[in-house]
This record gives sequence, structure tokens and C-alpha cells, in this order.
Amino acid sequence: MKLTVNGTERELEVSDDMPLLWALRDVLDVKGPKFGCGVAACGACTVLIDGEPVRSCSLPAVDVWGPVTTIEGIGEGETLHRVQQAWMEHQVPQCGYCQSGQILAAVALLETTPQPNDEDIDAAMTNLCRCGTYPKIRAAIKSAAKMEA
Amino acid sequence: MGIGKIARRTFLGVLAVGAGVTAFGYWQYRRPYDNPLDEGLGDGEATFNPFVKIASDGTMTVITPRAEMGQGVQTTLAALVAEELDVRLDQLKVEHGPPSAAYYNEAMLAEGAPFPMFEESFLAEFQRGAMTFVSKFLGLQVTGGSSSTIDAFGKMREAGCAARHALVAAAAERWSVDGATLQTGEGRVTNPSNGESLSYGDLAVAAASAEVPRDMVSRPRSGWKILGRPAERVDLHDKGTGGRIFGIDVELPDMLHATVRMSPRFGVGAETVDMTAALAMPSVRDVVPVDSTTGSGFAVIAETTWDAFKGAEALDIAWGQAPYPADDAAITAALETAIDQDPATALMDKGDATGAIDAAPAAEVLEARYQVPYLAHACMEPMNATARFRDGKLEIWTGTQAPGIVAIAAARQLGIDAEDVTVNVTHLGGGFGRRGEIGYPVYAAEVANHDTYRPAALGQFRAKLREGAAAEAVEMKIAAPSIMKSVIARTFPDMSAMGPDKTLTDGAFNQPVMIENHLVSGHEADIAIPVGFWLAMMGDDPRLDPARGVLRKVAEMSDWGAAMPQGTGKGVAHVVSFGTWTAMVVQVDARGGDIVIEKVWCAADPGEVLDPRIFTDQISSAAIYGFSSAMGQELTFVEGEVQQGNFWDYSFMNGAQCPEFEVAFLETAKHMGGAGEVGTPPAIPALANAIYAATGERLREMPFTRKVTFSNA
Repeated sequence: MKLTVNGTERELEVSDDMPLLWALRDVLDVKGPKFGCGVAACGACTVLIDGEPVRSCSLPAVDVWGPVTTIEGIGEGETLHRVQQAWMEHQVPQCGYCQSGQILAAVALLETTPQPNDEDIDAAMTNLCRCGTYPKIRAAIKSAAKMEA
Repeated sequence: MGIGKIARRTFLGVLAVGAGVTAFGYWQYRRPYDNPLDEGLGDGEATFNPFVKIASDGTMTVITPRAEMGQGVQTTLAALVAEELDVRLDQLKVEHGPPSAAYYNEAMLAEGAPFPMFEESFLAEFQRGAMTFVSKFLGLQVTGGSSSTIDAFGKMREAGCAARHALVAAAAERWSVDGATLQTGEGRVTNPSNGESLSYGDLAVAAASAEVPRDMVSRPRSGWKILGRPAERVDLHDKGTGGRIFGIDVELPDMLHATVRMSPRFGVGAETVDMTAALAMPSVRDVVPVDSTTGSGFAVIAETTWDAFKGAEALDIAWGQAPYPADDAAITAALETAIDQDPATALMDKGDATGAIDAAPAAEVLEARYQVPYLAHACMEPMNATARFRDGKLEIWTGTQAPGIVAIAAARQLGIDAEDVTVNVTHLGGGFGRRGEIGYPVYAAEVANHDTYRPAALGQFRAKLREGAAAEAVEMKIAAPSIMKSVIARTFPDMSAMGPDKTLTDGAFNQPVMIENHLVSGHEADIAIPVGFWLAMMGDDPRLDPARGVLRKVAEMSDWGAAMPQGTGKGVAHVVSFGTWTAMVVQVDARGGDIVIEKVWCAADPGEVLDPRIFTDQISSAAIYGFSSAMGQELTFVEGEVQQGNFWDYSFMNGAQCPEFEVAFLETAKHMGGAGEVGTPPAIPALANAIYAATGERLREMPFTRKVTFSNA
């Protein structure tokens, strides 16, 4: 099968039931999406498919319907995405394990809702963080919303 | 105050000279262990001590030998070296480094001694010294107990200071000038009289053998350029860009993936197993039995993780019966039996608490029973390790809080020498103590899991109380399985535990209260009472000044005592938590029926704060960890098996539920305290007290969801 990952078309052979997460991590060596729970409960594996946030642990790779973007693909060369810049400004990551997923969820939120309020953030940011970086995530999303897209 | 107040006991041979300055001993002279960096030094590289390596190309590497699991420890440890070495933090390459006895954690074992940390009697100091000796003897390189910064405060600054003195001495010799006339900054030595300057890289090789003064003096706090203010975390970029820094990201050529199915009952393995279906899968390479001190089961080896998962599911296994109380009722019964028996420890036994309470009129006796369930650590990154075994040598890559112990255990498992094991420590996707366990790297060694739990406990508390007065007698009986015995049996099966087990009643016997009749026996919790009551309970002992300080501070921050609408409330708790004096107020709103945790105020006094942002982040993180346990976390047992398996049945606080935090720190305490876990112990009682204030519902059993519900916001 073929997958477009971060703008590059990749050819791979996987079983029909292999989730996109493992196709990315173990077959294509794209390690940004993380394995947390395997049941779409935590969001550590979040990627964008056609710009939409998807928990890649629970979607078979063969069912992917559009280009896949992972944390490795949101910046432009050396320039970080504004959400990443805001993440650095607020020093959001602690252990960091969930942050690839959090950042992608925030990127998707700002695409649909450029100026999110607290309720919008609560509704969209359902990814779990065991370090409890939630207050910094909220602040960073608000900062990113103020930056030029 | 100032830097003369250095972390107690962390540093043999340190001398406080006058106010605000610390003198360091001469590193080479008392050099306690071989420098692990001596091995494998490249051309043009020089090492000054186990923490600093400088290459002639200007690369300056600092070894920060503690597990980075989000607590920012590698940033703060590197900052300690940078401050004394006189370089910018971003000029340093920061590495965990190899496991070595040179990196043992003295502070962690010192705080493991069975005395309150404010107890400075001869016996207490002696016992702490003995624990320190033990830790050094075993060379335990462990990250845990909120002890890393305390342990590092002396030694990492000394490492930077010694290296800088050597570099200055080398420059002085090259220029034939007096070293005292030279200046350092941003990784260069400069001669201000003629403007000449050399980089540390230029000087490194010569400096490695330079004579350095026997007494070096540290920077006073007033001269700090890096410490005492927020630093940019050294791992920030990797963590914001998907850097391959975790154990699970390790990729080796021709690597296979494996998963384990371990017995769901501790201490028993399989009675029968049928591997036929698994072995018939084309992508499954093999199924290997795993038997270790941490559990037994089977590893399925396959091309990809997903294939291994499917193979493991296809194993047909009948597990043996549990050799311990097999369900929740039996566990509770065992705790109830234990609490009525003679105590194993009574680390606080003053006056006659039992007699005073028995003799008191019934109206003055308050009796309460507290119960907490088994809990899992629930790290985001599942336990994992990568292992390569070839030519009799084993190399392991894993996120671990105890690399030296991993090497010993993995060697034991394979029947090889520990010297033939190399452990590479990655970043940890959460640790919380879970990654101090050795099971997962041992399984990886065997081919190439299950959690150990925070035990359940039962507390039976009685107090003699009169309205408006401090308690005259307090009796606390606590029953819980011994953590120490369990850890030692898994980790050092040949060793017997020694001394009283502090873990049974830790956090209960060593609290800043002065009660005439006070018994804490080990066979959790705080009493829900306002700020003024706690101040009364502290007596007038000046050693408890920091406790009064944080209580007064948090009262002021939270406007304690102000009228609040019906259905809302505030609760307070205070504790000496991992060496840090801590008071917390939680505010809840229960008007919608469900409990909303709105706001948290915390005042903490760890003596000295090296990075204010990291410190305050740690307080809120740890409080959220505590709230999560109150909001529904519980492991239940049926036929010896834990019923919970994943985040859908064992969840934690989400973003929408997360309260606002306001954290203040004071720096008056005499001894440096920890940061990482400080916020957890006060969070739960403060929340219980807030819920009581809002609803009148007294919560004494965890999780609180047995009686109330929390808003999902």
C-alpha cells in the first residue's frame, strides 16, 4: 500500500489490521507518534489525516483516507510551527511523552477555531497528560492564537 | 541564610566559611570512586571528574546522572555545573552518562532514615550517616524520593568549580601569570591586563593534569548568574519536535519486537500453556518463557510490535492460583487483622496516647478510620527496554530510575558478570517510581510486564480533642504491606531488610506537630481542621518555624476565612513532604452536584529554590497526581488478578478538570527539601477538607468517587 507521510509518498507492506501507529513507528521509522494506551483513550498517538486529528493506534493503516502529518512534519525546515514556538515559550513539556499528540491536537484546533476560548480548548484538547501540564497547554494555545499563522 | 545553608549531609568534607560562601574540598584528594569517563576518552578530550568532560574542539559535556522523567532534573543539575564552571547553560552538552558507583544518590538514602528530618538528635544524625554509608557502599545510582537536587547541590557545583580552577591553572601556566589575576566567563579564560583569552577547549588537555588549589570557594548566591532563576530546559527542543529520546524510540539494525504476557497473579507462573496458534503466525519468530524475581510468563518475539501483540493474544495459558489474599474483601480483612496486632514499628511514641484517649470522656474522643486502595503508577510511556546480547556482553537501552540495579539484575538473569552489562539510560515517559523497578529490562534481557503497586492501607486514628484547644493525645495505627520487603525481594533477593521499616508510617510519624501524647504505629491521612488549629498543634518549637510560615502564607494567598457561597468551600492541609514544608488550600464548587476543583494555592519552603519555574511546575504536577488518585483511581482484585487494565478503567485528571494553580515558595528552611513529589501528599486531604466544607460529606476512603462525583467539566 501507499501512504503520504509528511509530504512524502511511502510504499509499505502491512497486514490489514495493523494500526497506522505501528505502521508509522515500526515499519516507516517515524517515531513522533507515541504508543500510550492502544485504545484511543490517551491521545499520545495523535496524527493529522487531511488536517483532522486522529488517534493512530486505533485506525488500521489500510483505512487512512488522506495525507498523514506527524509532529515531524508540521514545521517548515528549521522554522517551527507557531504552536511549537508557543510550546517552547511556555516550556510546556515535562516528561514530554504526550506532547507530540498535544501539539497536533492544538494545531488542528487552531485551524478550525483560530481564536479559541476556554470552552473550545476544553472540548478539543482531550489528550491526557500524566505530568499535568494542562495549565501551560492552555496558555500556549492562547499565545499561538495571537501569532501570525 | 544564603549559600552557607547547603544541602545537609549531601557533601562530605564541605566547609561553610562565613556567611554566603562554601568551600569545596580537593576533588582528586578524596576522589571517592574511579571516574567512569576515564574510559573511552577520545583524542583531545579531557575529564576533570565524573561530571565534566571537555574536548579540544570546545565541546563541553556535563553528566547529569539522574533520570529525566519530566521533573527537569537534568536542567537543574547542568545549571549547577554551569554556574561554577562559568559557562552558559546552552554551551553544555547534557548527557545522562554511564551507570557508575560514582553517581550514587546519597540524599535519597539519608532521607530514608527513620527520623523526622527536623530531628537533629545525635541518634538521628548517626543513623542518617549510616544510611549514607550504605548507599555509598552499594553505589546506588537511583532517581527517586525527590532527592536528586538535594544530592547534587554540593557535588555538581563542586565538579564545575574544580574544573574551572584547573582550566585557570592551565592558562596561568601557559601565560606565566598568577591564576588569581585571571577571569572566566562563557567558557573562556581571560587575562584582563592584556585582553588575551583562551577557550576552555584550548586549555582542556593541559588542565586535566594541572595543579589546583586545595580549597576552592563556591560562588555566593548573590553572584549566581544561572541558578535561582528559570532556565530554559535542556530537553525542550527535543520534546517539542518529536525527538527520538525515549526508550520506546530506540531502533537498532535488524531489531525484532517482543511483548510479554506475564502472570496476572504475583508469585505464580503458568500451569499450562499452548503456544501452537501463536507460533503458527508467520510474523511470530518465537515464544520464550520468562522467569524472574519480578514475575513469570512468556515473551512473544515478532517482526513488529503489532505482530507481537497479536501473538501474545493467541497464547492459551492457564495461570496458577494466587498465594495471597485473592480479592478486595480478603485484603481488607488482612489489614483489619494487622491493625489489631502488635505494631511492627512505633517510630513516634511519646507520652501515653492510648491511655490518655481511653481515659478521656467520650465527648472528647474523635475516632476515624481511613482507607486507601492499591494504586498503579500509570506512566504514559508503557514499560519497555531494548537489549542486545552478543559475544557474552549485554547492552540495554531503557528509561530507568535505577540503572546500576538494572545491570546487576540483568546480569543475574543471564548468568553473566555485571561488568559485561552496559545500560544506556534514555528519557522516561513518566516514572513516578515505576521505573525504579527492574522487571521490564530484565525481560528484555531474557529475550531480549506488569506494574508493582502502591499498597492499600488502613488507618485507625483516635484523638483526644476539646473545642478550641490543641489535641492532647493522638493515636495513629496504620496497617499496610511493607514496601521495603517487597522491593528488596524483587531487587536484591539475597539481602534481608535491615532496621525499622520507615515506609509503613512515613508521612505520619514525622510531621511537624508537637503533641504531649503521640503514638504512630505501623501496622495515611490528615485531619480536616482549619489553619488556626494546625498552628496551635505546632506548639512553639522554633524548629517548626517553616511549617508556620507556609501555613500563614497559604492562608494569606487564599484569603482563608473569607465567607464563601453555600455549596462551595476551601480545605487546607499541611505536611513535611519529601523534606519540604508544604501547605496547600484547595477550593471546590459543588453547586452543580458534581465537584469542580476550581483553584489550588500552595506555599512550600524547600530552603532553597534553584529554578523557580521548574519548582512551581513540580508542585502543580504532583498535586494533579494526587487529585487523580482521589478522582477514581483504584485497583481491585478478583481471584488474585487486578481488574483494571488501561486508561479507560484507570484514568486520571484531564485538561478540562484541571484547576488553576497559584504556587509560592519560601526559602527560610535550614535544609534543602525536594520538589518532585512534594505536592501529592497535601493535595488529597486538602481536597477532602474542601469537599467537607462545601457539602458536609466527610471523606475518609479513597477514591472519593465512592461517595461523590467529579465534574468532567
